[in-house]
Amino acid sequence: MTCLSAKDKDTVKVFWAKVADKVEEVGSDALSRMLAVYPQTKTYFSHWKDLSPGSAPVNKHGKTVMLGVGQAVACIDDLNAGLLTLSELHAFTLRVDPANFKILSHCLLVVLSIKFPNDFTPEVHVSLDKFLAALSRALSEKYR
Amino acid sequence: MVVWTDFERATITDIFSKLDYEAVGGATLARCLIVYPWTQRYFGNFGNLYNAAAILGNPMIAKHGTTILHGLDRAVKNMDNIKATYAELSVLHSEKLHVDPDNFKLLSDCLTIVVAAQLGKAFTGEVQAAFQKFLAVVVSALGRQYH
Repeated sequence: MTCLSAKDKDTVKVFWAKVADKVEEVGSDALSRMLAVYPQTKTYFSHWKDLSPGSAPVNKHGKTVMLGVGQAVACIDDLNAGLLTLSELHAFTLRVDPANFKILSHCLLVVLSIKFPNDFTPEVHVSLDKFLAALSRALSEKYR
Repeated sequence: MVVWTDFERATITDIFSKLDYEAVGGATLARCLIVYPWTQRYFGNFGNLYNAAAILGNPMIAKHGTTILHGLDRAVKNMDNIKATYAELSVLHSEKLHVDPDNFKLLSDCLTIVVAAQLGKAFTGEVQAAFQKFLAVVVSALGRQYH
């Protein structure tokens, strides 16, 4: 498992504190983008009536996902333990192909770049990218 | 052959017409070298890349970033023939520069993020889709002559 340095963890925590009151907005935008830019991801949401940006299911689910990321920030010192239940959910119930974690991570970074153009410096970018990769790995832990 | 919708053509041309090639090129390459430090392997002769500040202030990196953006410009101006337009560049990257083609994707992700910051809300999901489709075609063309 990747070691996030102390600096990475601090950077992530400080930056995420800025995102905290915009979780629904950020989550909804990231999810909408993912569905638009990577249409194959729509296959996981065939049960939604409306996949358009700003629709009720997209907003709700975007918020859910971002709260999950926030949970990961809170347990950043032991992601495997902290995300155990979520990993089991994704492994056994949702069965999302882990390649999609990378896709959503990228879309999230794009949204953060738009909403926080001054704060999302290259140093913050690298720490966040590492964190999201570690998060994705922890989420895939229970797959097989 | 790649099929471009009118929206995609207009979007790509519009985006590039708004970009300051120097600023965006330099910022993109610097970001790539910082976020994916192994990409520094190709820049051994570029002076001080010791930390993020050094990379961001490095004039050789800035200059090369501009070169890259001008290279992309050629694809923008030849959208119906990117493969042929980039044949020589592909050979260059393969035979002379020995760049692992996976790096093209890393750089294009950084470019997407830099452009997103610049365009702000105007960089909608549809615009991003068109932009990333364009970059995917570019990346594919650049990798084409590898063997």
